[in-house]
Amino acid sequence: MKIPQKRVHKFLRHGKKFPHVWCPGCSNGIVLGAIIRAVDELGYEKDDMAMVSGIGCSSRMPVYVDFNTLHTLHGRALAYATGVKMVKPEMNVCVVTGDGDSTAIGGNHLIHAARRNIDLTVIVINNNIYGMTGGQYSPTTPTGDFATTTPYGNIDPVFDICKLAEGAGATFVARTTAYHVVEAQSIIKQAFEHKGFSIVEIVSACPVIYGKLNKKGDAPAMMRDMKERAIPVKAFEKLTPEQVGNKYSRGILVNIKKPEYTAEYTKLMDSLQPQKGDK
Amino acid sequence: MAKKSKKNIVLMQGNEAIARGAIAAGVNFFAGYPITPSTEVAEILSIELPKNGGKFIQMEDEIASISAIIGGSLAGAKVMTATSGPGFSLMQEGIGYAKITETPCVVVNVMRGGPSTGLPTKPSQSDIMQTRWGSHGDSPAIVLYPNSVLESYELSIRAVNLAEKYRTCVILLSDEVLGHMREAIEIPEIDESKIIKRIKPNTPPEWYKHYPENPKYISPVASIGEGYRFHVTGLTHDSFGFPTNRADEAEIMNDRLKKKITHHLDDLIQVEDYMMDDAKIAVFAAGITSRAAKEAVRNSRAKRHKVGMFRPLTIWPFPEQMIRDKFKDVKAVIVPELAEGQLLGELKRVLRKTNIKFYPIQKTNGELITPDDISEAIKEVRK
Ligand SMILES: Cc1ncc(C[n+]2csc(CCOP(=O)(O)OP(=O)(O)O)c2C)c(N)n1
Ligand code: SF4
Repeated sequence: MKIPQKRVHKFLRHGKKFPHVWCPGCSNGIVLGAIIRAVDELGYEKDDMAMVSGIGCSSRMPVYVDFNTLHTLHGRALAYATGVKMVKPEMNVCVVTGDGDSTAIGGNHLIHAARRNIDLTVIVINNNIYGMTGGQYSPTTPTGDFATTTPYGNIDPVFDICKLAEGAGATFVARTTAYHVVEAQSIIKQAFEHKGFSIVEIVSACPVIYGKLNKKGDAPAMMRDMKERAIPVKAFEKLTPEQVGNKYSRGILVNIKKPEYTAEYTKLMDSLQPQKGDK
Repeated sequence: MAKKSKKNIVLMQGNEAIARGAIAAGVNFFAGYPITPSTEVAEILSIELPKNGGKFIQMEDEIASISAIIGGSLAGAKVMTATSGPGFSLMQEGIGYAKITETPCVVVNVMRGGPSTGLPTKPSQSDIMQTRWGSHGDSPAIVLYPNSVLESYELSIRAVNLAEKYRTCVILLSDEVLGHMREAIEIPEIDESKIIKRIKPNTPPEWYKHYPENPKYISPVASIGEGYRFHVTGLTHDSFGFPTNRADEAEIMNDRLKKKITHHLDDLIQVEDYMMDDAKIAVFAAGITSRAAKEAVRNSRAKRHKVGMFRPLTIWPFPEQMIRDKFKDVKAVIVPELAEGQLLGELKRVLRKTNIKFYPIQKTNGELITPDDISEAIKEVRK
């Protein structure tokens, strides 16, 4: 699973774009590393890779990778990626997005991209907060938690991103954490290989804002929290409701085959071509 | 669907003409969301594109539609979307993104009565200013507005051509009446040499700049997946496309967005000047309203009154210099529009140093301005 630094460098715009903008202890860099290693293991050409993001700390990722990169508008990454994939179905299109980007402002695009089962690989970096704008609550900020716009504690119920995607029709759904980085790498690899809409939620740490506002301790403390609360899906299913408590499942939650959107469109185009002998 | 006769004369609807013009111009990706009175553009392209090697997708809303076509354009396709009032409002952020990223695309806006949901089945011309100032920030615009079915076809091709050439979002205006009316037109032969294709870079990828400095502000452009691996962002960026906060680089970028339009006014601006040479009274009208204007002017001329009509086919950039030249001897100008003074305000700005008197005719109740309305105004002005 480990690859030499040099090979990681090959995928980075290391000469131009570093140091990066992320805070010390932020999980975004860990996720970036996992994505790059997955791409390297798959042997994908950089030219065939497109990384599309919205707006947010997490969405700053494309600028650092030496792929075809597209930093779009808040919430809209999936719609831009849909356009890219429709026009160039042979490309591997990866969408990197935050919890706010993908489930608040971009929620509509998320459910419809999932419904179409278009072959995009979506990495949701879920840090339970709006990082970039300084810590307002997102649809995944736990009820009761603090954000700069929930000064009295959050009364909003939360989205379960994986259930949302599954309900909308995603054919590959997984959750892992920034702590379980080897698992993350392997799941991202499978998500890339999956023909259809794949989504990987990566529970992540924003120690500088969410962590501070909610007294979660420093980055290592937040990683320990992931280690303790994220339970492999098989084991998780055996837990009683009392045992579940604040734990959550990790691993591949959905992996099914269904017709992929761009392939279906190609079939449709082929069926409209005049047959030989037709007048 | 249009019925063909031997001479390639067909009875065609305005919206169909836009769709057929798009195909003729080489559009091969369309993403849209249905809205009256523009829906026929999407419906026709959903039939025609997959037969012609292109692709159509109905997105979940207009924000997704503009986003998808920009993505498609960056991947190398010629792209279009079509909408009306409420959908056009939703597209504004994306239009700004297309402009700052210099991504070719065409947005068709078939105007209907507003504000808000307004009068979905009635014509209007009240989005003129939105096409110029609708998206936040300073973002110069190219906006075309035909007044017939044939011109809808021709300007649809032209809109795609200009988008490709100037690497920007071009807006093609129509209105409910123009979009839905049918006229017999002879479809012009397509001259392939007049269809503009993006100029591809011949620099090695390491040297490639997505936004090079260039005295003409027009430059070759690579597409996603061609080995250039460039970066695109809606943030203010340097010549490679990477975000920047530097004042000098921000200035270069904004300057190019502006100058690629102001340096090419001759190429961009089209007007129709009808009997303006000796006119003392002018009618200034665009789109569907100019049809009534022309008829009123023709009737006046039959009575030997010195009346003319001036019509911008290019709404933005506004044909300022041409207007100043043509209006030298004009004493009064009648400005009929299906809006509350959007064209009027701009015209007043351009002619502010003259003594020309302005006579607005404005309707926003969903009815058209008739030739009689304009003839009546000409009579008043002559008193
Ligand atoms: C249309 C629009 N609304 C609001 C913003 C401001 N904004 C920028 S990033 C952001 C939230 C980002 O949160 P998330 O997607 O969770 O990503 P993170 O920064 O936490 O990685 C917001 C609200 C914007 N850029 N565009
Ligand atoms: S604010 Fe939070 S999410 Fe954003 S870079 Fe800092 S730690 Fe990461």
